Amino acid sequence: MPETTETTPAATTPATTAADTAATATAAGPVTPAGTATPEREKARSLWSDAWHDLSRKPMFYVSGLLILFLVVIAIWPGAIASGNPLACDLSKSQMGPTSGHPFGFDTQGCDVYTRTVYGARASVSVGIFSTVGVAVLGSLLGGLAGFFGGWWDAVLSRISDIFFGIPILLGGVVFLSVVKGGTVTTVSAFMILLGWPQIARIARGAVITAKQQDYVQAAKALGASNTRMLLRHIAPNALAPIIVVATIALGTYISLEATLSFLGVGLKPPAVSWGIDISQASDQIRNAPHMLLWPAGALSITVLAFIMLGDAVRDALDPKLR
Amino acid sequence: MGRYVIRRLLQMVPVFIGTTFLIFVMVYALGDPVAAMFGDRAPDPATAAQIRHAMYLDHSLPAQYVHYMKQIFTGNFGTAATGQPVTELMGSAFPVTIRLTLVAFAIEAVAGIGLGLLAGMRRGRFADTGVLAFTLLVVAVPTFVTGYVLQYFLGVKWHVANPAVAEGAPIGDLILPGLVLAAVSLAYVARLTRTSVAENARADYVRTAVAKGLPKRRVVTVHLLRNSLIPVVTFLGTDIGGLMAGAVVTERIFNIHGVGYQLYQGILRQNPPTVVGFVTILVIIFLAANLLVDLLYAVLDPRIRYA
Repeated sequence: MPETTETTPAATTPATTAADTAATATAAGPVTPAGTATPEREKARSLWSDAWHDLSRKPMFYVSGLLILFLVVIAIWPGAIASGNPLACDLSKSQMGPTSGHPFGFDTQGCDVYTRTVYGARASVSVGIFSTVGVAVLGSLLGGLAGFFGGWWDAVLSRISDIFFGIPILLGGVVFLSVVKGGTVTTVSAFMILLGWPQIARIARGAVITAKQQDYVQAAKALGASNTRMLLRHIAPNALAPIIVVATIALGTYISLEATLSFLGVGLKPPAVSWGIDISQASDQIRNAPHMLLWPAGALSITVLAFIMLGDAVRDALDPKLR
Repeated sequence: MGRYVIRRLLQMVPVFIGTTFLIFVMVYALGDPVAAMFGDRAPDPATAAQIRHAMYLDHSLPAQYVHYMKQIFTGNFGTAATGQPVTELMGSAFPVTIRLTLVAFAIEAVAGIGLGLLAGMRRGRFADTGVLAFTLLVVAVPTFVTGYVLQYFLGVKWHVANPAVAEGAPIGDLILPGLVLAAVSLAYVARLTRTSVAENARADYVRTAVAKGLPKRRVVTVHLLRNSLIPVVTFLGTDIGGLMAGAVVTERIFNIHGVGYQLYQGILRQNPPTVVGFVTILVIIFLAANLLVDLLYAVLDPRIRYA
């Protein structure tokens, strides 16, 4: 095992285990940074082109990729497939089943379930993407620098991430979001970044430490390369793989977490349109109007599934050990 | 081993202080417990100041924290919104949630390891694909959806299980909520076991054990499974905290009056002693579980030696 687990062997989650093996595999193989594969030696593909080669033959990758593309498009432009207004509701149609022009029926407030389901994609996808990007950037910067420079900065950072790991994320979410009034995409994403970064930081730290000890980095150092050059040119391309893997899988869990927090009434709040809110409102009506639960819950599940499938495919591609 | 235990216990101290302080800051500094007491009305400044003084809120934040911790260690967790001492709520809530967590934990461990072993031993075959698809589905469908759907079908429509949990939370009533609570973790355990088993199945010692002519049962349980369980035990240990936190959702679906319920009430009524008290205990359980996992490592894997 690489040094990620030197102090607390218990701190490995499945995600980090996968990433650890990915880190080992990345560092152990004869890896050249992306784009340097010479044409006359076609067999020695870089990690990235090898991963791409592997991905491009996977149906799972195309299915999840197309689904995510579709979700992103309707998140940006929901009007493209839903002409109605998600907040235009008619109480007289409360809980009515499907009619022509309203294929999914109506919810308790008499809002069109189809329109609300389509518009709900925006909240979920944006919370997922903002949180993941934030967590990945903050986590890999802090963790990567800690791994590279070591010393007191590393010690302080490791203890801080231990503290954040001591709070289960759902529990922290309920406490934090209930006192920070807001209930917007920004506050929910900010919270996820606040509690999520240590996960990536720990992986980035381990990956950088593994990469740092490799011969090619030592050689670059011996040749007088500056810290910046070593980090950007030699370490970053080789430490990136496990971070990408964990971040992709985390995206799905952040979307699921947002819905759970909204369901509990502390995440997004009406008039925001979110699957979590709609599911929460439908849940006590499940006996009278199951269609109210079915559509937003189905959309949420398919979205999370798409991101987890993509994460799985990316992990398999970047981690040759699992093949 | 003894020195290792002491070192780990000492390492837990700063983490414990940091975590509880973080929660304390969130609740006391970001929220306003006095304003919350009065709801929408603005409190009379003199009354507010008096309450602030009585609740020790007129001191600096670190002083408040130290004061609070001192009280906790003398067994005084403060008063809940209902006027009951928080310890009384804990006394009724924790046994319920611990039972729920244990049921969930047992389901998670047995079913998860079982499915993972099945898939890992038959890698690439139908059982493997089936388990993978099943776990993917379970992870993708959020717990609260699984909860309501199972409650509706098993509880209300088919009368297989009790849709709500009776007073006192007997174990029989907790099986369905436990299953819902365990679902996502179960999927992770199955996948982790599968990867681990599939990797170790090709190991030299397994081949040796087979070549020695040991019965398959013994090869699987003693050689293969024991080695494959090391990462699984790590996950199971750290997941205890996650399960107790996940109980916030499950307890709400099945109307169980456990920790999740009390915590949720504390948050709704903005009662800091309830929230901080319950979270503090949960953090202690979480840290203790982590320590236990570290110690279990030595039992499972004698190659790991602790100085």
